[in-house]
Amino acid sequence: MTTATLEQVWVALEGLTDPEIPVVTLRELGILRDVRSGPDGLVEVVITPTYSGCPAMGQIEDDVRATLENAGIAARVITQLSPAWTTDWMNEAAREKLRAYGIAPPHQTKPDVSVVRFMRRPAADPVACPQCGSTHTVVTSQFGSTACKALYKCLDCQEPFDYFKPY
Amino acid sequence: MSATIDYLLHLADNAVVLGQRDAEWCGHGPILEEDLALANVSLDLIGQARLLYQRAAELKGDGTTEDQLAYFRDSQAFRNYTLLELPHHGALVGYAVADRDYAATIVRNFLYSALMVHVWDALQTSADSTLAGIAAKSLKEATYHLHHSRDWLVRMGDGTDESHARAQAAVNHLLPYTEEFWTVSPAEAAAVEAGVGVDVRSLRGAWDALVNDALAEATLTRPQVRGYVPQGKVGLHSEHLGFLLAEMQSLARAHPDGCW
Repeated sequence: MTTATLEQVWVALEGLTDPEIPVVTLRELGILRDVRSGPDGLVEVVITPTYSGCPAMGQIEDDVRATLENAGIAARVITQLSPAWTTDWMNEAAREKLRAYGIAPPHQTKPDVSVVRFMRRPAADPVACPQCGSTHTVVTSQFGSTACKALYKCLDCQEPFDYFKPY
Repeated sequence: MSATIDYLLHLADNAVVLGQRDAEWCGHGPILEEDLALANVSLDLIGQARLLYQRAAELKGDGTTEDQLAYFRDSQAFRNYTLLELPHHGALVGYAVADRDYAATIVRNFLYSALMVHVWDALQTSADSTLAGIAAKSLKEATYHLHHSRDWLVRMGDGTDESHARAQAAVNHLLPYTEEFWTVSPAEAAAVEAGVGVDVRSLRGAWDALVNDALAEATLTRPQVRGYVPQGKVGLHSEHLGFLLAEMQSLARAHPDGCW
């Protein structure tokens, strides 16, 4: 184990992708929050969980540890709950990768539409089909193949597709 | 400290018991999409329970683990609402068997998530910063649970004669159990006093508004509620919790040193 610079740790972890969506990296998803120097000088890698029950989180933490170990980097992995993970942290490049992979990227969340004040559900923004771009789509189910995705169907090209839900 | 632990256990037991109940639909859902939906809701709830048990175990500071809290406490030690342990059908004695009724599942999930969006929202400013962090995440998940159950409640209530009758029967059966929400247990009172918990009575107006609006859109009638107030959150449970825990805890108790 060697003492790596923070930059070297970022580089080592850059190739790590989500186990379920292998086209976006943990950094792009906002799961990899920070690489910093701990109070005792040891490097700390900060990750934040997505959905509380996401089964991929265990795998993600294992992947981070294994990558650090293989690179010979001594570091501590810290799981941090707050601020809560949000899909808003995904940048435009990551959203484009999702779209190219066949997953409609998440809309921006609307903090002003508080659930506590809403009565009827606010009208949802149209979700564009990742295959043909049509916004003539319908939700099949709010819960899809993973906790973070909903099932949609395009009424123009007839393709079913996943929508990465705003969180 | 012990007030915070008791309060965390109440929240965690709620989540784990409903998570276990809803998971009974896994592989048996009425349609594939709902099978997936309920499994996802259960995953969220069990994930919330894990975070809450982990925090409670950390505060206990005596080497207790999240698994010990979930799998090695008996029914009298559980602090969940009675509503959440009931089977997916109408009133029956504990050992009787009936077909699961999805209307009961949906109505329960709706009544509970309509409360929890308000509870988690309030707990984002809890004096316990870890609980505040868990609340911020859980609020996002509870919102999806509320959307899901409310959509189906309206669809069933304003659906066919059969679905309407079943949804109304489920509301009539389950709504009286929500009276337990509005009593304040000693653990809740202590947590409110410490700034860790929320006084549920302050949320009743907002919950009533959500419930009344959904029932009206679903063309369902809100029954008058009176009589016995359940006391699951002080450990006095229905006959159903023991059966649920027996199934949930049997593996961990058969292999107490097992790990995965």
